[in-house]
Amino acid sequence: MDDGKSTLIGRLLHDCRHVPDDQLAQLSRDSRRHGTTGDDLDLALLLDGLEAEREQGITIDVAYRFFATPRRAFIVADTPGHEQYTRNMATGASTADAAVLLVDARKGLLTQTRRHAYVCSLLRIRHVVLVVNKIDLVEWSAARFDAIVADFLGFAGKLGFESVQAVPVCARHGDNVAARSRRTPWYRGPTLLELLETLEVEHALSARPFRFPVQYVNRPDASFRGYAGTVATGRIRRGDPVIVAVSGRASTVARIVTADGDLDEAAAGDAITLVLADELDVARGDLLVSPRHRPEVADQFAAHVIWMGGEPLLPGRSYWMRIGTRSVPASVTTLKYQVDVDTLQYSPARSLALNGVAFCNLATGAPVAFDAYADDRATGAFVLIDRYTNATVGAGMIAFALRRATNVHRQEHAVTRVARARLNGHGSGIVWFTGLSGSGKSTIANLVEQKLHARGVRTYLLDGDNVRHGLNRDLGFTDPDRVENVRRVGEVAKLFVDAGVVVLCSFISPFRAERRLVRELVPEGDFVEVFVDAPLEECIRRDPKGLYARAKAGAIPNFTGIDSPYEVPERPEIRIDTTATGEAEAADAVLRLLEARGFAG
Amino acid sequence: MSGPAGRRPLSPHLKRLEAESIAICREVAAEFANPVFLYSIGKDSGVMLHVALKAFFPARPPFPFLHVASGWDFADLLRHRDATVARHGLRLIVHTNPEGAARGIDPLDSGSQLHSRVMLTEALKQALDAGGYDAAFGGGRRDEEKSRAKERVFSFRSAGHAWDPRNQRPELWNLWNTRVRKGETVRVFPLSNWTELDVWEYTRAERIPVVPLYLAKPRPTVVRDGLLIVRDDDRLPLAPGERPVVKSVRFRSLGCWPLTAAVESEARTLDAVVAEVRASRRSERAGRLVDADETASMERKKREGYF
Repeated sequence: MDDGKSTLIGRLLHDCRHVPDDQLAQLSRDSRRHGTTGDDLDLALLLDGLEAEREQGITIDVAYRFFATPRRAFIVADTPGHEQYTRNMATGASTADAAVLLVDARKGLLTQTRRHAYVCSLLRIRHVVLVVNKIDLVEWSAARFDAIVADFLGFAGKLGFESVQAVPVCARHGDNVAARSRRTPWYRGPTLLELLETLEVEHALSARPFRFPVQYVNRPDASFRGYAGTVATGRIRRGDPVIVAVSGRASTVARIVTADGDLDEAAAGDAITLVLADELDVARGDLLVSPRHRPEVADQFAAHVIWMGGEPLLPGRSYWMRIGTRSVPASVTTLKYQVDVDTLQYSPARSLALNGVAFCNLATGAPVAFDAYADDRATGAFVLIDRYTNATVGAGMIAFALRRATNVHRQEHAVTRVARARLNGHGSGIVWFTGLSGSGKSTIANLVEQKLHARGVRTYLLDGDNVRHGLNRDLGFTDPDRVENVRRVGEVAKLFVDAGVVVLCSFISPFRAERRLVRELVPEGDFVEVFVDAPLEECIRRDPKGLYARAKAGAIPNFTGIDSPYEVPERPEIRIDTTATGEAEAADAVLRLLEARGFAG
Repeated sequence: MSGPAGRRPLSPHLKRLEAESIAICREVAAEFANPVFLYSIGKDSGVMLHVALKAFFPARPPFPFLHVASGWDFADLLRHRDATVARHGLRLIVHTNPEGAARGIDPLDSGSQLHSRVMLTEALKQALDAGGYDAAFGGGRRDEEKSRAKERVFSFRSAGHAWDPRNQRPELWNLWNTRVRKGETVRVFPLSNWTELDVWEYTRAERIPVVPLYLAKPRPTVVRDGLLIVRDDDRLPLAPGERPVVKSVRFRSLGCWPLTAAVESEARTLDAVVAEVRASRRSERAGRLVDADETASMERKKREGYF
């Protein structure tokens, strides 16, 4: 916190003459009044408008600042190091070419220095500059500087940076920031600014295989169809062959269109519009690639995930994955281990909380094209978005495809669901009863099943308690286990639907996200959500199994309604108010709905 | 990339900024049902428009252009607007807050704060609601002002246009989160990473026409609150005996004319403007009376829905 980050950034802006006179005058007044530097300018105050906000708790956030020298323009992603550190570091690092890590010469490496270095390595920042600040406070000691640098190199050696350089500075007085200091004659290297000006950042992006995520299909009229986007990596020339990565369809580049005229060639970073020689079905989200170097295509892969959501990541829960210009539903299938960002120790985990980092297996709803993040930031990175709040809750870096995804192919059924429906004389679907324990779900579901059976409809009833005796007996009642419980039941129900059976499911299923997950497993219209709505007090009063009494006594943790939430359905197909409707009446109402859906014969 | 004759080739830095802005424009067109471009006619709007024209070439930008007119817009600005719209065949929507106009809100008697809240912030919300827009392009830059330094490229607004700095989405790589629910909107800032100097260097390199007020010329000025105000028409009353003084001035930023201060300058060409900005030792928004009204005013206005 007090390593002098604000002072260093203020010093860079000041010495590159990016502080206007009116701000400088203000700064000089503020320095005398609030400053901690005597008669000197307190450069940290330059960024201070933000400090007040920080106290209100709103700058737990990345700020972007700009300065330039005649040689290079810079964007500083100023990432507060304390709260939300991992989220902020990752956000800033995701677009950075280099990281400047600040160490207080008196304190040496701290846990947070190691943590920041690790996050930088995870995001694949190639260059790290270690700034050993406040060197004046250790009597300009070369030995102290050398010891800190050795310490850091010992740690950073395993993090895979391309270059690590170190500079001794005194940000307060500007030594070795923009100007060489006479007080560190033992240091012959460049100043911080010289280092930043000369770091090799034009990565060999253009030398990598061609990757072009289609961002927008430009089709003003029937005569023009162009695929607009930015070349992620590689080069493309007119006449080059390309293929659509997932479908494998091939064509050649007919034109490279820009507003400044057609190009013969474009390279990584160019925003262009490609016209292909053949009429292909190409849409936003597709990845055009070089046929000679194709990316991986898979629906299961392993990745590092950094969690940024207030609610924890739960394996099995479905999120939107944004990868390249594509959005697909995705879920974490296995949390392999969590990484303690302070110690780099691995530990098992069942969920991942805010600022946590884990290595996971993920599955997507459809195959996606990607490269390993280590090879290609643009095609190996993804973010996860909460499907309910639309918040960005996770960032991921793909490590590799899971072979089982590439080797497991679906078998086509010769007897189809339509053929089964014809034989049965009725359609099939999922009737999902959700509600608190004791709301009467199972009673109503039983009645509905009896009535369907009497009409000759093939049915099966999956009940929460029964399933937990067999298929799901390894699961408890924590949030991750509840998600997995519903996911498995959903998959089983889907098989029943394929088999032509009307499957009734009676589960508390307290989370909207999982109910939606099951809904999306089957075609639209084949999922009927029945919300059995009974007030909690009423359920507690009924307490048919004596569970509420035990939960209240603390004997059953994570009990829905007591110490675990129930998320009320927003748009159920039918809501049954059990305070106003009897069980038989409720069953009849459900039956009428099923008749309308073609499930009831 | 070789442009039409007379254009300077873009530096790698400007080319990178341009490509990023083009990508942001395309993202909006691809992901939102009903976007709108807030066209304020200033230098940033000019660059943003230029980039949008490039992004969709050979098509026209697939969204309308909205100008919120306060009634106190510089006459030069309106002429420039109409010429630009005609040249590119853009669909322009002009909105003025009818209630504010009826109540006679003006920057002189009502005060700058009330005027800008009613005639700019409220007017903008009215126009956005009337159009049912789910995304609005704005020319804001992160280097403009402290509270903008943390602004997202895709800045989320809850239903009612409120900006909650605590409830913004982290933006990693260029993987923008464009998902909104009904009634929620985003403000999109394609020029987030440009500086004032970048804007001028790009304007010069691409030969983008600008409102003549950005170039120095002798203009009638009066001093108000220590700032140099150009008397654009005779609605600004003079003190007894006061006479406008003709000075060579230009503007760095354009708002409502009685609220925007000019700077003394001899920069009559874009080359001279670039040189002046490069050497400038004053903040760009130092000439905006509205910002000086109270500290943290930009942040407060943003929460209310200002751009």
